[in-house]
Amino acid sequence: MKSMAELIHAHPFLAGLPEPYIATVAGCARNVVFEAGSYIIREGHSATEFHLLRDGHVALELYSPRGGSKVLQTLGPGDILGASWLVPPYRWTSDGRALDRVHAFAFDAVCLRGKCEADPAMGYALMQRFLPVLMQRMSAARLQAMDMFGAQA
Amino acid sequence: MSAAVTQLAPVPLRVAAVVRETADSVTLTLARPDGSAVGPGAPGQFNMLYPFGIGEAAISLSSDSAETLVHTVRGVGAVSEALGRLRPGDWVGVRGPFGAGWPLEAARGRDIVLVAGGIGLAPLRSVIHAVLRDRAAFGRLFVAYGARTPRERLYVAELEDWQARSDIDIAVTVDAGDAHWSGRVGFVTALLANAPIDPARCIVMACGPEVMMRAAARQMLGRGVPIENVYVSLERNMKCAAGLCGHCQVGPLFMCKDGPVFPFGRVQDLLGVREI
Repeated sequence: MKSMAELIHAHPFLAGLPEPYIATVAGCARNVVFEAGSYIIREGHSATEFHLLRDGHVALELYSPRGGSKVLQTLGPGDILGASWLVPPYRWTSDGRALDRVHAFAFDAVCLRGKCEADPAMGYALMQRFLPVLMQRMSAARLQAMDMFGAQA
Repeated sequence: MSAAVTQLAPVPLRVAAVVRETADSVTLTLARPDGSAVGPGAPGQFNMLYPFGIGEAAISLSSDSAETLVHTVRGVGAVSEALGRLRPGDWVGVRGPFGAGWPLEAARGRDIVLVAGGIGLAPLRSVIHAVLRDRAAFGRLFVAYGARTPRERLYVAELEDWQARSDIDIAVTVDAGDAHWSGRVGFVTALLANAPIDPARCIVMACGPEVMMRAAARQMLGRGVPIENVYVSLERNMKCAAGLCGHCQVGPLFMCKDGPVFPFGRVQDLLGVREI
């Protein structure tokens, strides 16, 4: 049976991270499963964990009273779910709903923030992984907002 | 086109079939009236289609059929809208094929990543057909396709066929879903982040709006794909299509003759030029 450190090291987000760091962050991780239709995160709720998706898909949604829930983006295997755990006030800014059965690693946010603060070099190494993902998502969201596949684009 | 469609004078061909793809897009199959082969163009090349009395438009080949010409046309102007109104049995003038196509020879033995946005899937569909016809000659085939909405996807039945195959890995996303859509939502470049590729041995071909192609190219460069292995297809105001009139000239390049497919490294600086 593989250890948690071995399991999380195989995830694309953490692949290549030095083993001592893997061993450290593995102490904050656990395996989780979400059934289709269940909410993994809810807008406004405390961002107590973040997830690395292994299998299955998650829809990031925003709800409005007039329009109902609208899917902004879907995430899949290899993706990270959530960055609000990094930034005060640590509240989710969207809903995250499992579209099918989702297997993920859940990391305790307080645990991980504490370890990053205790070992800034490890924290920096992790931020070097988060930032490109967040930059790509921001860039993609901008392009999505341009509606460039429309007839008048 | 080997069997006598010409470069400067249009040849009349019959519309053999019309498939409505979306509210504003159709796929036309054009054939000689006597049934003889039209002659193939290369994937990535284009023809000038002429609905008589209206004007010409440059339309990429969307299949590598050897017997007929297949073009998918989106109605965005007078000429393309007239093409969209054609019915089986109608005539259309054709000149071509023109330009440099996709680097299929260079892709042999390599993994292929296709990035298509909107109507940009049409020129890449001919690549998919060519690869599937000679499947063993190529490595892994990954296709990332982004459409505006589920109803604006092209080739829906064919997409489902491809998704059911084990020798092609296709991911489809839409900018905005609807109540019936259970697939992915997000911009097409998001599909590239975890694309199962070996950057050192893959060739990337991107077709769609230029902003999309720039973003896709840079993302693949960021994953380690050498710039010489990234190709984009450009479109400008093509008129003569033979490199004579200059309407499609950008800097030293004629889109019609030197392109429309270019190595990204050759054109990346030109893409940002707003006026020449």
